[in-house]
Amino acid sequence: MDKSLTMPAISNPAGSRLETGPQGKRPRKTLSSRNIIVYGALGLAAIYYLIPLYVMVVTSLKGMPEIRLGNIFSPPMEITFEPWVKAWAQACTGLNCDGLSRGFWNSVRITVPSVIVSIAIASVNGYALANWRFKGSEIFFTILIVGAFIPYQVMIYPIVIVLREMGLYGTLYGLILVHSIFGMPIQTLLFRNYFVSLPEELFKAARIDGAGFWQIYFRIMLPMSLPIFVVSMILQTTGIWNDFLFGVVFTRPDTYPMTVQLNNIVNSVQGVKEYNVNMAATLLTGAVPLIVYFVSGRLFVRGIAAGAVKG
Amino acid sequence: MLNNVSARTQSSVSIRELSLSFGSVKVLENLNLDIQDGEFLVLLGSSGCGKSTLLNCIAGLLEPTEGQIFIKDKNVTWEEPKDRGIGMVFQSYALYPQMTVEKNLSFGLRVAKVPKDEIDRRVARASGILQIEPLLKRKPSELSGGQRQRVAIGRALVRDVDVFLFDEPLSNLDAKLRSELRVEIKRLHQALKNTMIYVTHDQIEALTLADRIAIMKSGVIQQLDDPVTIYNRPKNRFVAGFIGSPSMNFLNGELAEEGGHTVFKTNGVSFSLDGYDAYEPLKGGRKVILGVRPEHIKVDGDIAGGEVHEAIVDIEEPMGADNLLWLKHAGHVMSVRIGGARRYAVGAKVRLAFDMTMASLFDAETEERI
Repeated sequence: MDKSLTMPAISNPAGSRLETGPQGKRPRKTLSSRNIIVYGALGLAAIYYLIPLYVMVVTSLKGMPEIRLGNIFSPPMEITFEPWVKAWAQACTGLNCDGLSRGFWNSVRITVPSVIVSIAIASVNGYALANWRFKGSEIFFTILIVGAFIPYQVMIYPIVIVLREMGLYGTLYGLILVHSIFGMPIQTLLFRNYFVSLPEELFKAARIDGAGFWQIYFRIMLPMSLPIFVVSMILQTTGIWNDFLFGVVFTRPDTYPMTVQLNNIVNSVQGVKEYNVNMAATLLTGAVPLIVYFVSGRLFVRGIAAGAVKG
Repeated sequence: MLNNVSARTQSSVSIRELSLSFGSVKVLENLNLDIQDGEFLVLLGSSGCGKSTLLNCIAGLLEPTEGQIFIKDKNVTWEEPKDRGIGMVFQSYALYPQMTVEKNLSFGLRVAKVPKDEIDRRVARASGILQIEPLLKRKPSELSGGQRQRVAIGRALVRDVDVFLFDEPLSNLDAKLRSELRVEIKRLHQALKNTMIYVTHDQIEALTLADRIAIMKSGVIQQLDDPVTIYNRPKNRFVAGFIGSPSMNFLNGELAEEGGHTVFKTNGVSFSLDGYDAYEPLKGGRKVILGVRPEHIKVDGDIAGGEVHEAIVDIEEPMGADNLLWLKHAGHVMSVRIGGARRYAVGAKVRLAFDMTMASLFDAETEERI
């Protein structure tokens, strides 16, 4: 206290070392001009992307007379779920008039096996390429990656011939095979890079412990790889569900996936354009990828965070 | 030839003419090394010298390009790691993160389908030796660094192997834990009497633990000897400079004939070489390097006799138990270790005597000991 000559004794009655008096403003966090700009811009962007969705939802809940009034932004005066029911069960595509439900189940039957098969094979591929480097594995990997950059259109005709020769053309199995193969390059890359990022010494320790190829894969690598499996599942599910090109080329009308059926409903030329049914059908088709994002997105973030903490 | 055969039957691990290259990069070249049964061998070198590569070859995790590896007189060059009778401890512990400590310890045994009661017995023994019983139900993420490394050692222990391999096991630990675990590893070796091969870049670990040290540089073993010999009679300038902290003093100069004796001469000052145990007769005119460790230069009161030099104190570094003086003499700056209680002012004049029985002379060109 004796040494603090610059400090007036009165301002420091309790012997505290803190000085009273002006010390500038405590920085505010909530309402700075910077935050207003940032959140304003984010808000605008969000509204820009949400308006079409809003219009679709609102329109799908209106009856046709109300739609003809032309107020696309106004909320429905009388909410009706008729268009949704029609889109799901009654809308006509070509010869069938049983709505999108047929396409939905086709898509499920295509997506589930394709996702499982492609992830199962790609994860083993990635594991082998990351940990069991064999002679020429780098070349093999390069070829696989190059495969990811070849435009699909180039390969469609050859694949049609191959599938026809195998007797799979027009069946769901053919399409599942095509999806599984085309998912391979990017999925293998994904898994390889993940397994490379795991500590190599774990793999070495497991080998010293006597575990073989499959034992290390199932007992050491798999339990550590939940995040990458979730990421891979999201990518494959949305990719295959949203696919149109392969669906329209490799299947027949009664095995069309949902996207192809949606196109046929929306683009049908005969009769009145039922905007409300079209909107409902579109929302139904987009629902699956949306749900996948919402459900596993959280899991995904949690998985990444859990993996980031060094074990 | 007979000698060769008998040497082979005694050694626990024998590495013969081993070479390994990645593409065009030669990491190990024609390396020979025989490790006795129950020996604690330390592979010492700076990073990139090939010491970890050699260990990985012994473990069977890397395939040698040429040469053979024998463990317990069995050619294991192409054997799987699990069939070699080795256990390995890694720098990053490499514990399986999703398994408890107990499962980590028993993983290898479960893979080998060892009966349940035998597994329990071995896990109990290993965890008893390493005092990790209270941790058995925990996951690795709930352990401290020292505990993790103990578990990693335990994992090698339960496998009942002939040879333990350590790959810089203490490098990830803080200084205090490192010295504690160092003592524990030494105690473990005394209790188990297994052959242990230990890779490190830390010379203190090497000097304290090893029966023999192999100092490596660019894939070649520079010297293979017990720690005392390595420290006192380094084979070349690299080994001399690598071992010892603070580092050995090196004085560049040449040999000269003075009054019937061969002396070392640098910048006009000559040093008597009385007592130096040379490999070959010393002749004048040869360019050499004189190496003297800081504790082998006696100062003032410690001088027992012999030739005395005079130097000026440049810097003083008190280190508690010791006091390190940096002295200027004959155009060189050299460090001298004296007792911690003796202090000198900067610029003071001190008298020096060089203990040539403990010094090293290297040829200036080959840098080999002469």
